[in-house]
Amino acid sequence: MFAALGDPTRLQLIARLGDAGPQSIASLADGFDISRQAISKHLRVISSAGLARSQQRGRETVWQLEPHGLAEARRYLTAISKDWDDKLHRLKDMVESE
Amino acid sequence: MTQTAVPDRIEKQILLRAPLTRVWKAISDSQQFGSWFGVKFDGPFKAGQRIVGKITPTTVDPEVARMQQPYAGMTFDITIDRIEPEKMLSFRWHPFAIDPKVDYSHEPTTLVVFELKEVAGGVMLTITESGFNGIPLSRRAEAFKANEGGWSKQVTLIEKYLAKAS
Repeated sequence: MFAALGDPTRLQLIARLGDAGPQSIASLADGFDISRQAISKHLRVISSAGLARSQQRGRETVWQLEPHGLAEARRYLTAISKDWDDKLHRLKDMVESE
Repeated sequence: MTQTAVPDRIEKQILLRAPLTRVWKAISDSQQFGSWFGVKFDGPFKAGQRIVGKITPTTVDPEVARMQQPYAGMTFDITIDRIEPEKMLSFRWHPFAIDPKVDYSHEPTTLVVFELKEVAGGVMLTITESGFNGIPLSRRAEAFKANEGGWSKQVTLIEKYLAKAS
């Protein structure tokens, strides 16, 4: 998942889906200097990480964010961050009590 | 959205009102480290060395001890990276590697760095954990189990995007 977010093109694609809502590859590819095939490839990486999904609408494939996936990526770090807070408070109690 | 929406690192800073030598011992002595961290190591910290820790519920805080209880006895290993007395200590590990059925050894590690700086009134301790970009998707589930109910409700860039997307 974090690898899916670690690429500037993919981050831009996710941002675009977030800003403009569900859209086709053609509309997503607009403004990028890379081919639609390359965009599709990035979208597949994003989707395999659980961050977006596609839906067939007529002849078009429409992509949209998977809000749950993004929330979990964020939560993972929040969880680890909170774990450190707890540990550091125990360290503080320990060194300051002597 | 910027790259920092899901950052690669966590950074923590805390002022410890204790002498530098005391703080250094609490961090560099593996037994003392274990008592606040909630783990029992099978040896001392030595640069370049891998050591095994066994999760041991803390004796300081009953509530935390209860949360740690399900993981008591589980082992994990860390590899000490660098030790610079009274300045810094760093190690590599697999964050939330708490499922005994999973072999984490081939997965990417994160780097945890403790930095100590003597300041007026004590020691400023900075901890950074970096390298989350390499951590696989499937690991998030364990993280949630370990921290059930403990999420802070920050308004973040990502959540703004989520609101728009839904």
